Amino acid sequence: MKALLRRDLILAIRAGGGFGLGLAFFLIVTVLVPFGVGPQSELLSRIAPGILWLGALLACLLSLDRLLALDWEDGTLDLLATSPLPLEAALSIKALAHWITTGLPLVLAAPLFGVLLSLPGPGYLWLVISLALGTPALSVIGTFGAALTVGVKRGGLLMSLLVLPLYVPTLIFGAEVARRGADGLQTTTPLLMLAGITAGVIAIMPFASAAALRVNLR
Amino acid sequence: MTLTIRDLCVARGGLPVLERLSFSLAPGQALILRGPNGSGKTTLLRTLAGLQPSLNGEIVAGEDDIAYAAHSDGLKAMLTVTENLRFWADVFGQRDIEPAMAAFSLDPLRDRLAGTLSAGQKRRLGLARMLVTGRPIWMLDEPTVSLDRDAVALFADAVRAHLGAGGSALIATHIDLGLDAKVLDVTPFRAAADARAGASDEAFL
Repeated sequence: MKALLRRDLILAIRAGGGFGLGLAFFLIVTVLVPFGVGPQSELLSRIAPGILWLGALLACLLSLDRLLALDWEDGTLDLLATSPLPLEAALSIKALAHWITTGLPLVLAAPLFGVLLSLPGPGYLWLVISLALGTPALSVIGTFGAALTVGVKRGGLLMSLLVLPLYVPTLIFGAEVARRGADGLQTTTPLLMLAGITAGVIAIMPFASAAALRVNLR
Repeated sequence: MTLTIRDLCVARGGLPVLERLSFSLAPGQALILRGPNGSGKTTLLRTLAGLQPSLNGEIVAGEDDIAYAAHSDGLKAMLTVTENLRFWADVFGQRDIEPAMAAFSLDPLRDRLAGTLSAGQKRRLGLARMLVTGRPIWMLDEPTVSLDRDAVALFADAVRAHLGAGGSALIATHIDLGLDAKVLDVTPFRAAADARAGASDEAFL
């Protein structure tokens, strides 16, 4: 398992794109939104938590089709499926690698991008906390989407459509944590919901992903 | 260690391609699969490797006995030869990759990126993977594609050494490897065209 994680991380860094793509997309969204909305910093700071969460979610979505497609094309998935490593574990590891290369940089960069959207002072901490809790769920659900569509040529569109509704709860509660935090309100309830969703999908989704992948490998 | 198949029926895309197939493969034995394109050799190997279910029949083999080599080698272009092989050795819980490197004379290529190898060199690396699996039953699907004569000899030597160590091999190939092996022609086992058992939504059951 360690070998697979190490390999995926090395590949993400060496092949380029995989590592910076999500971050670059996030940057583009947060830089362009103020231009689109206009110079009203009050309005901006009101919508900032939602925009930042949406940007992070779309950035995650962007790199999902590479998650399994590359391993499918060169036959690695077939060979992994016949290896002693259970597919459930292999897919969990791949989701973890995806989170480390996509989700984690977003979490770390979010405060910086918050400045661009004039996020209110108390919001930074809650934005980072909500992203750190929510983005693992995005990677794990995304792995499920990738496993469902792995054999489909240009399956990216289909995968986005399948995954998007599953992302909605995470988005709602994640953005709610960030918004309440920015307004200085209680964040406990949405925070617990967000953490619950993440814990739930981490526990269940790898089994669904592995089942979907087994069907696709036939 | 012995692989035994009884009355096996395998399907591709829901259509049976081979049926009533029975054979057994004891340690130290090799079996060459022959048959025209599309006769179901790959499907048979994939079924035996556990990648797809059989329609009926019985496959008896030890848990985690089978190592499978497909048409594609599962190599990462951005990893070096050593890193590729080391990864598979780690996945299969093996330590030493040097015998595999030596068996397919990969030493001079050690630090080259797999993406810069020629087709034959990639194939050699892909076959070296079989040596680091440490599993007794090899399933090889057209292993000699794009290998030159010397590399085919290296491969035959590796298979012979594997058989000598008590392993066995099931090889789908059309060239003569010079192995002392039985040949199984799958043509007589081809499924009748109208046998549509389990054709429809088999993937969802």
